[in-house]
Amino acid sequence: MATPTGLDLKRTALNSLHKALGAKMVGFGGWEMPVEYSGIIQEHLAVRRAAGLFDVSHMGEIEVSGPRALSLLQHINSNDASRLKDFQAQYSALMHPKGGCVDDCVVHRLAEEHYFICVNAANTDKDFDWIIQHNPVGAEVRNVSGEYSQLALQGPRAPEIISKVTDTAVAGLKYYWFCRSRCCGVEGLLARTGYTGEDGFEFYFPPAESEKVWSTLIEAGRPEGLVPAGLGARNTLRLEAGYPLYGHELDEETTLLEANLGWIAKLEKGEFIGRDVLLEQRVQGLRKKLVGFEMTSQGIARDGYRVYAEGKITGVVTSGSYAPFLKRNIGMAYVSPSLAEVGREIQVEIRGKMAGARIVPLPFYKRSK
Amino acid sequence: MYPQEFLYTKEHEWIRVDEEIGTIGITDHAQKELGDIVYVELPKPGEHVAVGESFGTVESVKAVSEIYSPVSGEVSAVNAKLANNPETLNTDPHGEAWLIQVRLSDRSEIEKLMTAEEYEAYIQKEKST
Repeated sequence: MATPTGLDLKRTALNSLHKALGAKMVGFGGWEMPVEYSGIIQEHLAVRRAAGLFDVSHMGEIEVSGPRALSLLQHINSNDASRLKDFQAQYSALMHPKGGCVDDCVVHRLAEEHYFICVNAANTDKDFDWIIQHNPVGAEVRNVSGEYSQLALQGPRAPEIISKVTDTAVAGLKYYWFCRSRCCGVEGLLARTGYTGEDGFEFYFPPAESEKVWSTLIEAGRPEGLVPAGLGARNTLRLEAGYPLYGHELDEETTLLEANLGWIAKLEKGEFIGRDVLLEQRVQGLRKKLVGFEMTSQGIARDGYRVYAEGKITGVVTSGSYAPFLKRNIGMAYVSPSLAEVGREIQVEIRGKMAGARIVPLPFYKRSK
Repeated sequence: MYPQEFLYTKEHEWIRVDEEIGTIGITDHAQKELGDIVYVELPKPGEHVAVGESFGTVESVKAVSEIYSPVSGEVSAVNAKLANNPETLNTDPHGEAWLIQVRLSDRSEIEKLMTAEEYEAYIQKEKST
């Protein structure tokens, strides 16, 4: 069994704390991160039933400001940032000319001339360079990732837990809205966002306060069943929720329409990078389509395994795993659009042997309101 | 504490030899490294295994791991419990969660394996690298 090497990996402010908690650490996107503490299944179930606390400080934050800010955002992003009000956020894609994306992201508006974009850890530098190079209007762009730690508190008990450590009236904080908030005695931005398919919050705050915020939240959440949760559970949770992951379901070549992200491609808003490719695909049709599937025979489909339909290879698994809450083996894959209907029986090649699966609707899991 | 009556491989399998039959499993160290185990793929009785070669896989949530045989021989029994309860490998890897039994074809192969003491020293060294 290979042990992860810590050479040249970046560390969040909570690195020692994770190790003190006995976390298994792994290299991810250039960072040394906790993949699990008590176990992926236990952490996953805790998030679905109570709450989990994730250190997501490795993620990047890019600030876009000034009088040209909105104009730049509209050019580089697929979603319509002009619809944002102060303290509102939206899921979006940083577009590539091929109609795919450079990254998926969440755009937050602080003011008409002040935004920040939360981006994937592995892509932060790439995204920043990209935005700089695609800034014809001359907006101010800063990579402010070093100024923020970020913790995600996710699960049905998250509102109760966060209410113990803040005076912010979180009942009034709606999904995909955020606010300035003092949590655990620390000023930051509290957003009702997340990547697990549960209710929850993400708190952005100065890194120097990381241990204080983490420990205060853990203590406040303990009676509610809060546990530390790592990247392993983060992945199985987002998979159950049918959320894409860059580098798996998303890349520069795969268009937003092929990836079921047409809903964040606001083609009517006007020009943006890659828009012409999407318009053409709307007419010509897609080359492939993202579907969800569950295994109908023994075996777990893993990333990269080939998918067959009607006896022929039709695509590849982009994400596959055992799903701890659903207690099934599930996955997402790209298949030919003509074969992409729900209910179709397909095969996944698992280490040389064909295993049966069936296309099912996405998402696999949806939380009860 | 690793059972004294077992012998161990560098790939973290154990074997208990009783006369001609070897009972094979993975060690506690292995299950800790793997994390939550969700699936096991094993050979059928009658199939042959060869020393040092993979005879199946143990899957955790995150990864697939090959299991290597400490000995050569014919599979005489397979633990049926693991099909429905793979998590037993996490809770009792040295007992309830034995994987297969093999009729040894070459008893001399076990001389190359590690004792419990040697295995414990081996994993201590692995941890510090």
